[in-house]
Amino acid sequence: MNLWQFILENHAEVTQLTLEHIWLVGVSTLLAVAIGMPLGILLTRCPALRRPVLGSANVIQTIPSLALFGFLLPAPWIGARADRLAILALMLYALLPLIRNTYAGIQSVDPSVLEAGRGMGLTNRQLLFQVELPLALGVIIAGIRVATVLSVGLATIAAAVGAGGLGEYIFRGLAMVNNTVILAGALPAAALALLADAGFGWLEKRLRPQDARRTSYASPS
Amino acid sequence: MDSSAAIEFQHVSYHADQGEAILHDLNLAIQRGETLVLLGRSGSGKTTTLKLINHLLTPTSGEIRVAGRALAEWDVIRLRRMIGYVIQEVGLFPHFTIEKNIGLVPKIENWPQDRIRRRVEELLHLVGLDPQIATRFPRELSGGQRQRVGVARALAADPPILLMDEPFGALDPLTRAQLQREFLALEARLGKTVVFVTHDLNEALLVGTRIALLEAGRLVILTTREEFLRSREPLAIAYRNAFSPDFSGKRDGV
Repeated sequence: MNLWQFILENHAEVTQLTLEHIWLVGVSTLLAVAIGMPLGILLTRCPALRRPVLGSANVIQTIPSLALFGFLLPAPWIGARADRLAILALMLYALLPLIRNTYAGIQSVDPSVLEAGRGMGLTNRQLLFQVELPLALGVIIAGIRVATVLSVGLATIAAAVGAGGLGEYIFRGLAMVNNTVILAGALPAAALALLADAGFGWLEKRLRPQDARRTSYASPS
Repeated sequence: MDSSAAIEFQHVSYHADQGEAILHDLNLAIQRGETLVLLGRSGSGKTTTLKLINHLLTPTSGEIRVAGRALAEWDVIRLRRMIGYVIQEVGLFPHFTIEKNIGLVPKIENWPQDRIRRRVEELLHLVGLDPQIATRFPRELSGGQRQRVGVARALAADPPILLMDEPFGALDPLTRAQLQREFLALEARLGKTVVFVTHDLNEALLVGTRIALLEAGRLVILTTREEFLRSREPLAIAYRNAFSPDFSGKRDGV
């Protein structure tokens, strides 16, 4: 049976697993943004925290994914449901690119711009929301992009703990020694990764402030 | 205490984090409406002196009074909004249009939209720019235009005091000369209290009503420009010699 036939015959299941996959990646990435961005901002304010926080996030990245899923299994509440566990694990992996890029993006803002802003009487809050974050946004989106693409791949492992997603097909195919079934999981996952990459790449370009509204001055009013 | 002083330094010292002294026991009174030039070489403490005024730096000891009030009595944000600040690198916000750059402080101060717009237009005229550029972004402007916008932004909320840190230092000589002349005309019209940092004696003599010569964190002399040209102070003589072709009248060869 070829791949196309398999997908057509099982289209309901393929759709179901793809949606599960998107759900796992989407929720975990959102959580990583919600935690990683404030942490990254904090690092720019308290340099002493930089080494411990970035170090921990780095260490998490080095834990093999299968092992991380295993470690989290006995955790209360989290371990009780496979999707919670998978989301937590994926979130932990996504943290590093988010913390690091938020920090790097803000650090890369021209110091003279900050000095001028502070000198003209902007509060720290105004400086953060009107100047630092908008200027760092391109770099932060790049971090989200890396995290998302990474998560799409990692989320296939989530099937090992029964969290669903396209990994189901990969593990099933491996057990059945059936390449078609493996591909039915792997190809849509690869497509999702490419799609996420292209989507965030586009967003990154659009939101990079230097390029925003490049054409707005071209037409004389 | 001199009641007409806009800014006063009383025994002000400043030490960097590592403990090295950058300013020693500075005493200085800047009169309302004058343009005081802080002249000195790199590392003499002139920029530090400037940043102490708008509290970007905090003195290690001594007291600084702005408009008669000690810095400790000021809300730092309020203080900075009544002090315009212009730096050599300009520091325009690259993601804002010229209009938003100039109108940022008025906007934060909750001016109505149309008043901000009128003010931006008025300021662009004032600094000699075509109001058409209001919708452009800083990267689309030349260095001279950017610095004009920097001056307009500093003037936006009509602050009584203006701090200028080598504002024309990064410009080509022709643009610099033009902006210096325009600055003089502007200052004659607006009558702000200006503290102007430069290492260029020509510029100091051109824009300053008085010159404070700094060296290694100490005030060497504080004189009017006429007195500066007559001063027997060795450092003042050294400065005059370094710039002498412009003052002695003798030009060998050229």
